[in-house]
Amino acid sequence: MLEITNLVKRYGHSEAVLKGLDLRVEGNSVVSIVGASGAGKSTMLRCINRLVEPTSGSIKLNGTELVNLKGAELRRARRKIGMVFQGFNLLDRLTVMENVLAGRLGYVSFYQAISRRYPPADIERAFVLMERVGIAHYANKRADELSGGERQRVGVVRALMQEPDVLLADEPTASLDPRTSEQIMMLLQSLASELSLPVLINIHNVAQAKTYTERIVGLRHGKMIFDGQPADFNKDALDAIYGGIEAPDDAITEQLGTAVEEPRHDAV
Amino acid sequence: MTPSNTPPRTWKKPPFIANPLLRYGLFVMAAVYLVWAFGSLPFNWARISEGLPRAARIFSGGFPPNLERYELLLTGFKESFQIAILATLLGVLLSIPFAVMAARNIAPLPVYLLGRSIIIISRSFHPVIVAILFVAAVGFGPLAGILTLTLYSIGFVGKLLAEEIEEIDWGQVEAMRSTGAGYLVTLFYAVFPQILPRQVGLSMYQLDSNLRASAVVGIVGAGGIGGTLMNAFGRYDYDFAFAILLIIIAVILLSEGISGWVRKKIW
Repeated sequence: MLEITNLVKRYGHSEAVLKGLDLRVEGNSVVSIVGASGAGKSTMLRCINRLVEPTSGSIKLNGTELVNLKGAELRRARRKIGMVFQGFNLLDRLTVMENVLAGRLGYVSFYQAISRRYPPADIERAFVLMERVGIAHYANKRADELSGGERQRVGVVRALMQEPDVLLADEPTASLDPRTSEQIMMLLQSLASELSLPVLINIHNVAQAKTYTERIVGLRHGKMIFDGQPADFNKDALDAIYGGIEAPDDAITEQLGTAVEEPRHDAV
Repeated sequence: MTPSNTPPRTWKKPPFIANPLLRYGLFVMAAVYLVWAFGSLPFNWARISEGLPRAARIFSGGFPPNLERYELLLTGFKESFQIAILATLLGVLLSIPFAVMAARNIAPLPVYLLGRSIIIISRSFHPVIVAILFVAAVGFGPLAGILTLTLYSIGFVGKLLAEEIEEIDWGQVEAMRSTGAGYLVTLFYAVFPQILPRQVGLSMYQLDSNLRASAVVGIVGAGGIGGTLMNAFGRYDYDFAFAILLIIIAVILLSEGISGWVRKKIW
């Protein structure tokens, strides 16, 4: 169970990005987090595995407080938190298998990591998971030779190799074409139930959030303003989350401005 | 399109320095400096005119180049190659930890400052000056040359490699951290593969550059073909010295060609 209480994050002296966020995720539920750019979705996810240092508040995973962990303890906690990235973040010059096995780096010794002598059980698990998502035949291909959808599958398998207690996905489909992104969402949904794994997905695409997740959390200016089932996510909730952010007059400039940082295809 | 009663618009490239006073002032200052420098430096015209025929004698003494003592030449070159290759290997290997120390994105501030200072210090003296120091410290011979060029390689390769590390794709580092990987493992998985092509290219360039420098540091007693050349000059063997110079030029041209070809293949 993941339990976030009164989470605050402030970069430098500017206004806080997260202003006292509370969130509980239990069992194997798939939760999508929606909100405009800058609402704090990515910061929240990154506070959980401490890629971003929270300013204050508490984050507990299965009873362990994550916020003040240091050094080896932090690394041990991170092993149990898988993360999938918008830009895939694969080791481009290494093979698909090396990328997948990299998910075990928190478990193996330095020598095993450098010499690529991973335990046989890890290699077996790697093949099983790669077969599950259909990339096993790419094992010895370089990661940068794969297509976008295939690369994100590698990213998902790498995170699952960690045997995580929770999976974080930071806009996993934003760099993919609409069709491939549907496939990745379906994959995340079915993997969550197969492995009974809670999944948190940051997502821009509200239609996909409604289709593939069972709970939607809406953020705006660092506060949670919606938390409910997809069926309850109506026009009012949408307006509350995105309303007033793209005024009709600025619509075109706004689009140009955001298109550069994150390609999106909102089916609002 | 344009109304006929308005004059055609003109355009001139804006001057590089906008302030006209500053612009012409700089020209005047450069001219004044040149006149002053030529006027005040001790050019002894009498000695220069005496020296010209001597220069002509040396050059005519160099013709035709004499390769009779080619064994000396071969020993000299062999030593130069050994110095250059050893120094390149040592320097390129040692430059990796210093580059890691000197990359702001992966080193904590105190380590970064230490790494930067080491690189700056090893780059601040020309190899010839370093060679003079090492010859004084460890005596004449190839060891001084190897130490000099190793230090020179650490400075050059370390600096460029550190800059390369600062420009890596940070997402890969984040991904490794998020799996719970430690610092060293993250270096080996997310950082080194990204700088590897650059490192190979720099090594090739450095080998080429060390070969050239090994001829120069030999002149101050750090071994290799430079020493052979100095001895030839000292014995007024101008024809042999000239032969050595020609071979040095040929070897450097050849090594530059080879290293350029290899680097192009890698990139």
